[in-house]
Amino acid sequence: MDHIGWLATIKVAEEEKDDFVAQFNSVLDYFHQLDELDTEDVEPTYRVVDLVNVFREDETKESLSQEEALRNAPRREKDYFKSPRIV
Amino acid sequence: MENDVIIGLEVHVQFNKLKSKLFCGCSTDYHDAPPNTHTCPVCLGLPGTLPVVNKKAVEYAIRVALALNCKVQEETLFYRKNYYYPDLPKAFQITQYDYPLGTEGKILIKGEDGNDRLIRINRAHMEEDPGRLVHAGTIDRAKYTMVDYNRCGMPLLEIVTEPDLRSPKEARAFLDKLRNILEYLDVFDGNLEGAMRIDANISLKGGVRTEAKNISSHKGVEKALAYEITRQRNIQRRGMKVIQETRHYDELRGVTVSIRSKVGEHDYRYFPEPDLVQMKIADWVPRIEAELPELPDAKRERFKSQYGIADDHAKSLTSDIKVANFYEDVVRQTRPREAAVWIADVLKGELNYRDVGIESFSQDHMVEILGMLKRDKVTEKGAVEVIREILDHGGSPADVVKSRGLAKAEDNAVMAAVQEAMKECTQALEDYKSGNENALNFVVGQVMKKTRGRADPGEVNKLVKEAADQL
Amino acid sequence: MLRDLKEELISGSAEEYVAALFERIKRSKLNAYNTLSEEIALERAKEFDRSPWKGQMAGIPIAIKDSISTKGIETTCSSRILQGYVPPYDAHVIERLKEEGAIILGKTNMDEFCMGTSTETSYFGTARNPWDLDRVPGGSSGGSSAAVAAGEAPCSLGSDTGGSIRCPASFCGIVGLKTTYGLVSRYGLISYANSLEQIGPLTTTVEDTAQVLEVIAGHDSRDSTSAESEGGYLNNLDEGVLGLRCGVPKEYFGEGVDENVEKAVWDAISVLEDQGATWKEVSLPHTKYALAAYYIIAMSEASSNLARFDGLRYGLREGTDKDWHTTCSRIRAAGFGPEVKKRVLLGTYALSAGYYGRYYLKALKVRTLIKEDFQRALQDVDVLVTPTMPFPAFKIGERIQDPLSLYMADVFTVPINLAGVPAISLPCGFAEGLPIGLQVIGGHFQEKIILKTANAYEKATPYHNAKPGEVI
Repeated sequence: MDHIGWLATIKVAEEEKDDFVAQFNSVLDYFHQLDELDTEDVEPTYRVVDLVNVFREDETKESLSQEEALRNAPRREKDYFKSPRIV
Repeated sequence: MENDVIIGLEVHVQFNKLKSKLFCGCSTDYHDAPPNTHTCPVCLGLPGTLPVVNKKAVEYAIRVALALNCKVQEETLFYRKNYYYPDLPKAFQITQYDYPLGTEGKILIKGEDGNDRLIRINRAHMEEDPGRLVHAGTIDRAKYTMVDYNRCGMPLLEIVTEPDLRSPKEARAFLDKLRNILEYLDVFDGNLEGAMRIDANISLKGGVRTEAKNISSHKGVEKALAYEITRQRNIQRRGMKVIQETRHYDELRGVTVSIRSKVGEHDYRYFPEPDLVQMKIADWVPRIEAELPELPDAKRERFKSQYGIADDHAKSLTSDIKVANFYEDVVRQTRPREAAVWIADVLKGELNYRDVGIESFSQDHMVEILGMLKRDKVTEKGAVEVIREILDHGGSPADVVKSRGLAKAEDNAVMAAVQEAMKECTQALEDYKSGNENALNFVVGQVMKKTRGRADPGEVNKLVKEAADQL
Repeated sequence: MLRDLKEELISGSAEEYVAALFERIKRSKLNAYNTLSEEIALERAKEFDRSPWKGQMAGIPIAIKDSISTKGIETTCSSRILQGYVPPYDAHVIERLKEEGAIILGKTNMDEFCMGTSTETSYFGTARNPWDLDRVPGGSSGGSSAAVAAGEAPCSLGSDTGGSIRCPASFCGIVGLKTTYGLVSRYGLISYANSLEQIGPLTTTVEDTAQVLEVIAGHDSRDSTSAESEGGYLNNLDEGVLGLRCGVPKEYFGEGVDENVEKAVWDAISVLEDQGATWKEVSLPHTKYALAAYYIIAMSEASSNLARFDGLRYGLREGTDKDWHTTCSRIRAAGFGPEVKKRVLLGTYALSAGYYGRYYLKALKVRTLIKEDFQRALQDVDVLVTPTMPFPAFKIGERIQDPLSLYMADVFTVPINLAGVPAISLPCGFAEGLPIGLQVIGGHFQEKIILKTANAYEKATPYHNAKPGEVI
């Protein structure tokens, strides 16, 4: 659970852990019923659309203004998004 | 030299010659722009936005893959690489994983021993650039970090070599060659900031591999690798083990530093990007292959056979596409061998000294200068002066020759100066007669003075010696 | 009927109509709306009265699910982590609606990030079913559905990943359509599960659904998975169902299905028969595996789609910044509700090294089997007819404590998303005063067939006329 929490970048509180683990296990058990099916020769369906080669031309479009880009920034330092330190 | 060094490189090339980013229409022209002015909902990763692939970026990628002798994948697609970092607005990078666009390529370089070395390319794949972090201080001591997303979404080609390189110098030679090829293909301007970023992997045989990430210059790669070799050898000598880790290259201090590694290994949880569809590009390949320009190695061989010039001149002339084109323009009206010497040896030297490119000099001027040399209107030393004058102050060859009085001294004037000097330098001539060969230099010097340096030193030497021997 | 409303708005006063809607909304106990765009809507209505414009939705007010980006209007997905986020752009469907003259009323309540079947996971509290305030309106587009059912909007947009339009339509007694995957652009839809979801209309009649579909369907170059639309969805609505072949999948009846629901659906089949349709039993043998496959795929995609919420560019950011990873982990823990957290964690697990083959890849293969089930069945019949939900609206709080039981409610809706086929839900009866939904399913891009089938049924029955009691 801790490892998954780290990968998903969600701090799982101590009091939540037991509940989550229990629910996880029951859901995962439910998922295991798929093991009943033999899918050895079945192709996976990644997308239901038949489209291929969808592209756009190398043309420029107007960008957001700096103000628009930063408008929703909860913390800001001049023209930049302010982020917590890395380490 | 112990040959136990194993080096592999991951090179990120930015297709900055495209007009728009990889998945959105923001302009790629962000290098001098204020922060966060080249973004849109898509490259900012705002909720609800979707990527759409830039067709030309795929064409460029195929172009490069073919030039690197790669096999081009018939059907290729994009994947999500999931991880957290402030420069990655979607918390995943759209990249390629299985079925990368190009595989199994190769580049030929010259090893340190002068022999050809084949460096194999493992893969070439497309991906988007993340944004740029600006730390308030050094990465490990900053109180906070600032993020600029202008670069986010720029089209990248990641080129990964097999660990075939054996020394920092070889790594540098590889990068120089790669950059040359890329400029020939006209897919990027290598001078722009961020155009090429390199991760270098190195290990000593039997030891673990360390990685120096995000190095922005070829020289930096060479230095970082040299530093790593020393560092790793020192560790081994002390009987300890090298830790497998990622290190950051500090450009200023020329050292690699350990970035305190993150807890836990990275699990990128790759899966195919559901918002994009497959790309079937097999039938693009013949057309793109046919349109490939002549590449450096081929051009070098052709220069040798077509123009009869020496290998190292050919190499020098083809090491930069602009220089090669300059040479071929000039050679239409001049003699190829002379042109080769004056461009590869002289002009390039003067340009390097001033840290400018060949755009600073005109083909017409070079043609003019070569013409003057051919008609004996200017000495070699004079011609060099002309080139320097034009680079430093502008003007045309004819004007410079006139204003600086560089016209070659007429033969009569030279003869007269020689005769005068012979009369004046009695002591020197006596010394020469007594067996001191070098005494003639004084006489030559006097002649040069009299002609104000406009005589050809070689010729003067000859005339003075002839005259002296007749005494 | 939107058609009638359009005329009324021109001859009468749009401003009065819109003002009355807002009156009603503000007095409401339904909690159907998160945000009202009152000033702008009234302004537009006034403008329309002064000088009416043309357009397929000219003057018509519409409510928008809060997972669809609306420029300048707060868009939250009913989550704390997006509170205060104001998109700088409109979703494609919003652009289309505005082009055709619609007036945006506001953003409706939903399950947080579309994760739910009841709207109970909303950070802003659940919405309520207008037919019984102690019951859920369904989810995840519960607010959109309740609003339309209660007359708080003449029409609305929702989104459907595993039944999120059809379930609330069924529970609230209105019409809801999930189109063929790709028919409606997803540009601007805040993503839960990219390969499964579509935006669609929620209305009181089938004709209205066709009207809204006409406006929002069609290719968008900003969505690489977007398809062309043939258009003309209003043209053949009254064609009738003479000779229509209906398939009734046996797996959608029997154990676990409320007997009132079964009866209502069989009655509906009779109605269609009376109009000249025929029916036969068919089988979709992999139906029982659909839920597991659906949840694995949805959770996996969601875990990646929701990763971007880290408090740096928008949304929640509170407390002192520590280092990057610690800060984000804390923000996400505080900003996401428990159901969202669980699904993100489970999805992360399903995609992680060593498990990818077991869960995600396996689910994608099962998806192929389910898609083929539909393709096979639809070779001999034109449409499939089933209940939308196995039971009518349940009580608030009844199922939320047991996630699995909540997931099971989606058993008849998720296979449709896995196959990418279109399906419509419309009212077909009542069980103790609670609406029952009939689901009509078609093959890829067969929207016109299911619309005409639904329309024929609607015209022959009174259920679409029933309105919940005044719930103000």
